[in-house]
Amino acid sequence: MSKHAENMLNEKIDHIKQGGDAKYHAKLKEQNKLFVRDRLKLLFDDEFLVEDGLFANVMAGDLPADGVITAIGKVNGQTVCVMANDSTVKAGSWGARTVEKIIRIQETAEKMQVPLVYLVDSAGARITDQLEMFPGRRGAGRIFYNQVKLSGKIPQVCILFGPSAAGGAYIPAFCDIVIMVDKNASMYLGSPRMAEMVIGEKVSLEELGGARMHCTVSGCGDVLAANEEEAIQSARQYLSFFPANYSEKPPVAAAQPPVETAKEITAIVPENQNAPFNMHDLITALVDEGSFFEIKKLFAQELVTGLARLDGKPVGIIANQPRVKGGVLFVDSADKAARFITLCDAFQIPLLFLADVPGFMIGTAVERAGIIRHGAKMISAMAEATVPKISVIVRKAYGAGLYAMASSAFEPDAVLALPSAQIAVMGPEAAVNAVYSNKIQEIEDPQERQAFIAAKRKEYQEDIDITLLASNLIVDAIIPPSDLRMELISRFAVYQHKKQVFSERKHPVYPV
Amino acid sequence: MTQVAANMAGTVFKVLVQPGDSIAAGQDLIVLESMKMEVPIAAESAGKVVEVKVNVGDFVNDGDIVVVLDN
Repeated sequence: MSKHAENMLNEKIDHIKQGGDAKYHAKLKEQNKLFVRDRLKLLFDDEFLVEDGLFANVMAGDLPADGVITAIGKVNGQTVCVMANDSTVKAGSWGARTVEKIIRIQETAEKMQVPLVYLVDSAGARITDQLEMFPGRRGAGRIFYNQVKLSGKIPQVCILFGPSAAGGAYIPAFCDIVIMVDKNASMYLGSPRMAEMVIGEKVSLEELGGARMHCTVSGCGDVLAANEEEAIQSARQYLSFFPANYSEKPPVAAAQPPVETAKEITAIVPENQNAPFNMHDLITALVDEGSFFEIKKLFAQELVTGLARLDGKPVGIIANQPRVKGGVLFVDSADKAARFITLCDAFQIPLLFLADVPGFMIGTAVERAGIIRHGAKMISAMAEATVPKISVIVRKAYGAGLYAMASSAFEPDAVLALPSAQIAVMGPEAAVNAVYSNKIQEIEDPQERQAFIAAKRKEYQEDIDITLLASNLIVDAIIPPSDLRMELISRFAVYQHKKQVFSERKHPVYPV
Repeated sequence: MTQVAANMAGTVFKVLVQPGDSIAAGQDLIVLESMKMEVPIAAESAGKVVEVKVNVGDFVNDGDIVVVLDN
């Protein structure tokens, strides 16, 4: 073989690696976007190890790598597979080879049992190639079929840098987590132009399917990143909590004490059951410094979900947020919880519930939105989770809210109460009204009526006293607040070897 | 002008600001009572209070405007 031929080949490789025309690279700069190969450099620990299909569609001449890079590299020392759209090549659109490359990297990830990261920036299908890439056995539909099959087997992470349109919008939808770059990322089935043509709606892209909308309103986005670097860094941090696949334990990091400035728990939780406080303060006081990675921070904020470390070991936290909407559970917060619990349970990440919940929301609006079936979805996910599961009753836990936060009947490994805990069907005010409403109406003298109500509330309060509940073995322990972190660390260490099969069957009939 | 809306149905329990007040981002403007809980409604951005649209005891629905800010 001649040296000349080798040089020619190297030139060809370099040329393909440059992606599309210079004008499209200039456009990237205008949009504050990075070239796909620069994104991959940020994602991987080092250079990437393996790349397949570099020559895909090379005969076409103007479609380097057919607009997608499929590669294998290391993230936090762990091997991961990646597919990454190149938006300098026909706006990252999908042709037949693009689809085949994506399917093959999915098959590789499955065989190797390692995480798969999707870096999405694509205008969607090339209509001109539809016969080859859309309807067949190995057409685009197979990408989604594979995603569904891989779900819960290996972590699937999506970073959305640009559009993800029509059918392509389902790639993020089938991933475990979607990180979106603010202002640039978007997801939609029909573009604004299509919306205007077909249904007569005039709307901007940002309003219709922008990153911020999806991270705050629709819940399709999990993390809103200010720029591409931050998005890629978030993906690396997220993956640091996960094992390569469902059969392995999550990686352990060096243990850290909580941040020094964390407040004492006694100073965080107010005496008054109805007064708001910030649940983030309690999480900060419990977990290893700087380890909290919040998921769906901007969506359904009355419930906080996130990954953190306790003594270096990953844990998934589900916590009511009394600062927002009183910490009441709504349709969206139940949905958020169900999804997060399923994620942690799939990858052997223990669950910590921090309960301070007045119950599920009531009223016309939520009944019409189906709060009962969404609540059932959350309770199903929580009940089915067989990872180590601890419920801490921080303050009140009323009604079905108690059940949803992994209370005794749902096989948690322990229900721990802080001294401020209060467990009941409903709070004292509502209970006294419910039981004595006729009697209260009958008392004509206002002072006498108030005295009656106060006496009954006090009586009720004594009935739901946490010491009484501990005495009846309803909670497993009452923990001095300052000891809570150490108690959780000891218990998760004990429960880590637990073995539990939930139920023998094909699969449940899901409430939603 | 920014309109601050109630984020859930409830009764107005406290009104913490009045027209002319300068407020910081994140500051509580109104406290609702709902589901027996005190639910603060905060400003997302700093500004000056132009109008308070509710009184203590009023019932508000999710999405009802409670305060108008100039920022």
